[in-house]
Amino acid sequence: MTIPVPYYLALSAVLFTMGALGVLIRRNALVVFMSIELMLNSVNLSFVAYARQLGGLEGQVTVFFVMVIAAVEVVVGLAIIVAIFRSRDTVDIDDVDLLRG
Amino acid sequence: MNALIEIIIFGAAAAGALAGAVGIIASAAPVRSALSLLLVLGSLAVLYLLLAAQFIAVLQVIIYAGAIVVLFLFVIMLLHMRTGEGRATKLPRQRPAAVVLAAAFLAVVAAVLRGVPSAPAAAVPEEFGTAQAVGRMLFTTYVLPFELASMVLIVGIIAAVVIGRGPR
Repeated sequence: MTIPVPYYLALSAVLFTMGALGVLIRRNALVVFMSIELMLNSVNLSFVAYARQLGGLEGQVTVFFVMVIAAVEVVVGLAIIVAIFRSRDTVDIDDVDLLRG
Repeated sequence: MNALIEIIIFGAAAAGALAGAVGIIASAAPVRSALSLLLVLGSLAVLYLLLAAQFIAVLQVIIYAGAIVVLFLFVIMLLHMRTGEGRATKLPRQRPAAVVLAAAFLAVVAAVLRGVPSAPAAAVPEEFGTAQAVGRMLFTTYVLPFELASMVLIVGIIAAVVIGRGPR
């Protein structure tokens, strides 16, 4: 392992920030969702990097569970987006503001 | 020589991941965002291989690139929606505020990262990160969370069917 762990952590931090930025500035629900996936993946990278650094497999097992939950989350989330599109004919999150009062 | 190759691969994969991340949040068309997401996921799979996590790398390609991105593309095609974000946002100055907050977050994380000690990596056995090694841990120490994950998957499938069926 030639590349030290802080490089992976820095990459992970930048990817996470970009994902958070995407959630904040994009209004297309699908793109917001992809940004969330980006954040999940950046955290996975930290887990795998530290699993290698510390020589334990627990980090990789954690990533496995994150992937399972991410798959479920995408399936349910996309179903919700499709349902919203059916009833309101939009995927713009600014148009879905019933809770705004 | 090996070290040089590893540095080159890391640089290429990191550049790919960053380019893809920019593509996700900057593309006007959702299809391009989805393909940028694919680029990020592929680059991360390469990094996982560098980190001796071959099982996770294969899972990354199968689950994320194979299933999740395809699902995204499927929904984008299905909805066939207007893609533009033309009208002004309802929250004033949301975009500059978001950029400032993101920059502040990155600065905080960078300050934390500066304190990370760069110790040499632990020596790992040959079979570190293989499906056999990870699988053995999954089915011994973490067998209860593993079974719970299958429950979550079932609930997710049922929820998707119920939500996707629509009103009767």
